[in-house]
Amino acid sequence: MRFSGLKVLKEGLTGNKGWTPHWRDPEPKAEYDIVIIGGGGHGLSTAYYLAKEHGLTNIAVLEKGYIGGGNVGRNTTIVRANYFLQGNSEFYSHSLKLWEGLEADLNYNVMHSQRGIINLFHSDAQRDAAARRGNMMISQGDDAILLSRDQLRDMLPYLNFGDLRFPLYGGLYHPRGGTARHDAVAWGYARGADQRGVDLIQNCEVTGIDIENGAVRGVQTTRGTIRAKKVAMVAAGRSGQVAAMAGMRLPVESHVLQAFVTEGLKPCIDNVVTFGMGHFYISQSDKGGLVFGGDLDFYASYAARGNLPTVESVMEAGVALMPMIGKARVLRSWGGIMDMSPDGSPIIDKTDIDGLYLNCGWNYGGFKAVPGSGNVFAHLIATDRYHENATGFRLDRFRTGRGIIDEEGKGSQHNLH
Amino acid sequence: MRVAGKGLIDRTETVPFVFDGVGYEGFRGDTLASALLANGIRLMGRSFKYHRPRGVLTAGSEEPNALVTVGTGARQDPNVRATMQEIYPGLDARSQNRWPSLSFDLMGVNDLAAPFLGAGFYYKTFMWPKSFWEKVYEPVIRRAAGLGALSGEDNADKCESAYAFCDLLVIGAGPAGLMAALVAARAGADVILADENARMGGRLLAETYEVDGKPGHAWVDEVLTELRSMENVRLMARTTVAGAYDQGTYAALERVLHHTDHRPHGAPLETYWRIVAKRSVLAAGALERPVAFRDNDRPGIMIAGAVRAYLNRWGVSPGRNVTIFGNTNDIHRTARDLLDAGVHVAAVIDSRHDAPLSDDYEVIRGAQVSGSAGRKGLESITVRRASGEQSIQTDCLAMTGGWNPSVHLTCHMNARPAWQRDIEAFVPTPGAVPGMAAAGACNGAFSTAACLREGIAAAEACLTDLDLKALKTTAPLAEDAPYQISPLWAVPGKGRAWLDFQNDVTVKDVKQAATENFRSVEHMKRYTTQGMATDQGKNSNVAALAILADATGRGIPETGTTTFRPPYSPMAIAALGAGAEGAGFKPERFTTSHKATAARKAPVIEAGLWYRPSYIPREGETTWRQSCDREVNMVRQVVGVVDVSTLGKIDIQGADAGAFLDFVYTNMFSTLKVGRARYGLMLREDGFVMDDGTTARLDETHYLMTTTTAGAGDVMKHLEFVHQGLRQDLDVSFTSVTEQWAQFAVAGPKSRELLNGVLDTPIDDESWPFMACGSVSVLGVQGRLFRISFSGEHAYEIAVPARYGASLFDILAERAEALGGGLYGMEALNVLRIEKGFITHAEIHGRTTAYDIGMGRMVSQKKDCIGKTMSQRPGLEEPGRERLVGLKPIGESRELLAGAHLYKEEAEPVRVNNQGYLTSVCYSPTLGTMLGLGFLADGPERYGEVVKMVDHLRGVTTLCEVVNPVFFDPEGGRVRG
Amino acid sequence: MRITCPHCGERDRREFYYRGAAVDLDRPAPDAGEAAWDDFVYLRDNPAGPTRELWLHEGGCGAWVVVTRDTSSHEMLGSQLASEVST
Repeated sequence: MRFSGLKVLKEGLTGNKGWTPHWRDPEPKAEYDIVIIGGGGHGLSTAYYLAKEHGLTNIAVLEKGYIGGGNVGRNTTIVRANYFLQGNSEFYSHSLKLWEGLEADLNYNVMHSQRGIINLFHSDAQRDAAARRGNMMISQGDDAILLSRDQLRDMLPYLNFGDLRFPLYGGLYHPRGGTARHDAVAWGYARGADQRGVDLIQNCEVTGIDIENGAVRGVQTTRGTIRAKKVAMVAAGRSGQVAAMAGMRLPVESHVLQAFVTEGLKPCIDNVVTFGMGHFYISQSDKGGLVFGGDLDFYASYAARGNLPTVESVMEAGVALMPMIGKARVLRSWGGIMDMSPDGSPIIDKTDIDGLYLNCGWNYGGFKAVPGSGNVFAHLIATDRYHENATGFRLDRFRTGRGIIDEEGKGSQHNLH
Repeated sequence: MRVAGKGLIDRTETVPFVFDGVGYEGFRGDTLASALLANGIRLMGRSFKYHRPRGVLTAGSEEPNALVTVGTGARQDPNVRATMQEIYPGLDARSQNRWPSLSFDLMGVNDLAAPFLGAGFYYKTFMWPKSFWEKVYEPVIRRAAGLGALSGEDNADKCESAYAFCDLLVIGAGPAGLMAALVAARAGADVILADENARMGGRLLAETYEVDGKPGHAWVDEVLTELRSMENVRLMARTTVAGAYDQGTYAALERVLHHTDHRPHGAPLETYWRIVAKRSVLAAGALERPVAFRDNDRPGIMIAGAVRAYLNRWGVSPGRNVTIFGNTNDIHRTARDLLDAGVHVAAVIDSRHDAPLSDDYEVIRGAQVSGSAGRKGLESITVRRASGEQSIQTDCLAMTGGWNPSVHLTCHMNARPAWQRDIEAFVPTPGAVPGMAAAGACNGAFSTAACLREGIAAAEACLTDLDLKALKTTAPLAEDAPYQISPLWAVPGKGRAWLDFQNDVTVKDVKQAATENFRSVEHMKRYTTQGMATDQGKNSNVAALAILADATGRGIPETGTTTFRPPYSPMAIAALGAGAEGAGFKPERFTTSHKATAARKAPVIEAGLWYRPSYIPREGETTWRQSCDREVNMVRQVVGVVDVSTLGKIDIQGADAGAFLDFVYTNMFSTLKVGRARYGLMLREDGFVMDDGTTARLDETHYLMTTTTAGAGDVMKHLEFVHQGLRQDLDVSFTSVTEQWAQFAVAGPKSRELLNGVLDTPIDDESWPFMACGSVSVLGVQGRLFRISFSGEHAYEIAVPARYGASLFDILAERAEALGGGLYGMEALNVLRIEKGFITHAEIHGRTTAYDIGMGRMVSQKKDCIGKTMSQRPGLEEPGRERLVGLKPIGESRELLAGAHLYKEEAEPVRVNNQGYLTSVCYSPTLGTMLGLGFLADGPERYGEVVKMVDHLRGVTTLCEVVNPVFFDPEGGRVRG
Repeated sequence: MRITCPHCGERDRREFYYRGAAVDLDRPAPDAGEAAWDDFVYLRDNPAGPTRELWLHEGGCGAWVVVTRDTSSHEMLGSQLASEVST
């Protein structure tokens, strides 16, 4: 079924009786060419691009819960391409370009809204760092504008330009950055993959990975054995457990990142604003809720929930930066499990096991990468070669020290990125 | 309609208030909702999506419809529940999400378009043309959505945060909670009893039950009187326990002053509490659920328990001619209460075929309400039974679909509630929150007697855990009526039957979601937005999933629930972030010289949490550059003084202090002579540079380490870790003395002359050569002197105990000025160090190695140290790495910018050609040019080469010569004096 | 969240600084080889369940503490001083 305004109109006039499932619920087959472990954003987009760009459709996506139930369904929905290190810069640029064509590509309105992102800075040194970032963005072909304090005040008059503890010096403005409706991204890719023949299998947990003579043969699941020529692990939040089934240890520690949404309010924040001094970022959803978050809770966790010290530090940043939002009420808080990698950058690579591929370590930046990650991972799985925009996400970079992509400069401590 | 003789309000005190610009009167004890109902106002809000007219549905914090804005300007509070807002003289409330008025809302046209705006419609349209999403569709959607508005002004209401600790936290002060608190308090436990309402008592205030032979509210008063008299009890009314967290921590919000416009000086509007409780009893009660039928959202249709609450607690009947619809024995209680109050009951529609009949009112058994009619308020309902449909005139329908235990807090730590068949509801899973026991209605015990019994039992169990002995308590006598529910979720039929009132989600929407294969309850929620409104599904979740279960052919337990997450009811950001306004966001650290430089009108910059002077302007200087250039020249030519106390100072003592330093620094410190200092470089274990600084050996077993200002905390943690975790064998200990010593750099050719004026024993080159250190007497005060330099000049750092800092600084400043020098600030300090090629965290930014910054040879080959092994990984030493260089402009443009990138002269300035970047730049008055430090691929091998600096952001391209980063005095003669 | 310091007893999490897995205590010999060092600095078991991890009682006594904690439930299962852990 093709979606359009006309279709919505027609269905509305005829009692909305003609809608059909977004995707099928097939029984798993005994064998596939490719099995993708993980039905989150990255797994679904990988399946979609394998089908669309590489003509591979004998694929199953195995999801232990429901499609899109991981971090793609619990994030602050920010989409951007504002990285400053080679390896990241070209990848996120590639991903943003895919975002920009996503609605037409998927025939699904993911509400990608390029409302602009402003990263605030509060000292000359931070301006220098912002300039380095902005210059990389432009040299990569993306957009960046360095805002003075006055320009910033014109754009965001509600910020605390008075007695803020760390005065505002300006901001780095990324007009093409923005937000998207997170669930819709998962659903759009799921529907697109399903329409191309990919089997999406929910409530199917992988319990083992079958390996013979150094090559992958398939997986054991709660719904039986499934043979496969290639297996892709895309299970952020559970990457370590899945990799352990293949006898691998990963350079990943799982942490909890909390996020928050307020009650619906009339529009008051038009852009995405990030406040580095408070590890705070905020935007307003189309429903009117202020969607915001902060830093990690700073302890390893699989609980998908956090604790009050981080809640408070996030709220404190909000109160300090935007005194007007004090009156907004937090409606809901939640936590996601983050694959924290040692340098804060992801891993998209082959493994030492033939036919076994790995995509993990997205830290807290995986949402915006959903199109790019699936696209380049599909390329790797289909061709066994790195995509030109994803040559740097190698698993061995920590062992060799070659090509470490550490945007934060925090080093090997997993919790600091 | 106010009912004589009913209610717990104070009829002697009339309270005037304003709603939508019109003045009304209520009584003390009224909520805005009860007072409006008493004034005959039924229309109180507009729904979120279709802007349908809505009246009050409930009498509690779960209210989805009657949301108002209270106050104006900087004190404006949006989305206030009229059901929770107590009235006070001067209360000014306004309806929301309507234009131009509540009764005539133009956005109501959305309702006409409803067939096209069903579940998930927006995912299927608005895709063409692409540019229209941001420009047209989205702005329209955004304006239509939202509820109340922020004022846009800075919040002027103060909030506070506080901690509390107790043995037992009791959440909810209904019969179960009161009983639990009483039992625990009598046993001597330290008890906090918190309740969301202004008045404690829970349903006992809303029903006509007797407890112990007296009216429920009278029993409540007796219990509260006893609890109030006990020192080990804290009663917290108007306090919502909103979240359960690890190890017995709870978040709570106390609404301190929302019930008055009186603001005693300094008093907070709200207080956010963090309560740490050894044990807790959840006695949060239960919430009654609506029944979905066609047009069940008309103002006048209410929850039956709310109708009783308005009647019994507030003395208000929401209608004159009431009908009642439901599926439990509760509905008959509603009829009896209304009849007792003299309100006409038109009919009771009981969906159960075996429902009890009554002589006092008409009971229509085995029937259902299938529709309603009326303009902006209920006028009649349609009742369907086997024999056909009939219309009944009524202005209020009290409905009940049964009760949902308030299990929310038990789910905050990921536990799922369990389905209990006999009450058709979810109940808490035992042990869901460690240390928490559920009692009463929230545990599925719906009779008053059962609540009292469970309250006692829960308290006794907690007392046992706390090693306290409970006194023997028998439950007071109370009603123990059976509940007898038969499932009733949605009445079949055409039209729209509402589930989520605020978000306008209907039964059809849920069924459509199932049709489109959004069969997981999470998918359904996210696709339809059911449960995502301000009530977080408290009114709609269970019915919605029952309908989903039916539509997908599964049972309710298999379908499961979505996850309840904190907060139980919304909490203001201002409360959760209390204290962080303005400068309160982070601590402020001031040096002992702060006042002196402030008096000289020096602007400050932040260095971590510290404030440091940027430059110290003199008469006639109008730009920072004038001051900075003068200060640089002053240091190079005469003498300058700057406070360097912000650098981390760590006192290190022990027999193995030297060996320990050898292990944390790349270079040797055990060989350092007593009375000498040395520059040290510290790596992280992954081989990258962590920090640097000089460390002085004051004695055989006593060193003083300095760190960068930014790195002080991290280095201290690192040293403690290395010692306690890796090298317990070494006898060494650390104390941070950053704040104990005031330390000033005295730099310039006349530095020694200046110092000799304050030192009780003068120094010379022989007694105090470059890198010497030791104790000195400074104007009679025992201090320390280090001959170290961050400017490349003949320089010292002099330290005295912090209490002498301010006066020594004044003396140094005065004497420096007398010599023709003076104070200098961070700008000049930065220029001086760039001229010398000294690095700061701009260069050691966490991604550079010793090799990258030209200090590869400082990694001693004679010993192991932290980070050494990993720094030798192949990728960290191979060609192509970006390494530290100096850059000098040579072309037409003389401008250098930090953050600009470097390219080969002829290369196109695009990413793939990137060769490096600038980290620090300055104008050097000494050399008369801008200078830059930066990282360039294979940089040190390219001295003399011309590269191109490009700053796309600021539109600057400058050709630069690659040079040694030590621009000035490369031989280093000046430091030696 | 509350953590038990062997010196100070149960304290608020705000007093503590988290470092990561207690594997950090098992520093290999300098010549242990690339794999051992990769294991030590980067690779993690990262269990969903009980794990041993390092916390510094920074706002308290300054002790580095090895806390055994369940990463799925956040239950605290024990703690001891890092300086007393034999590795």
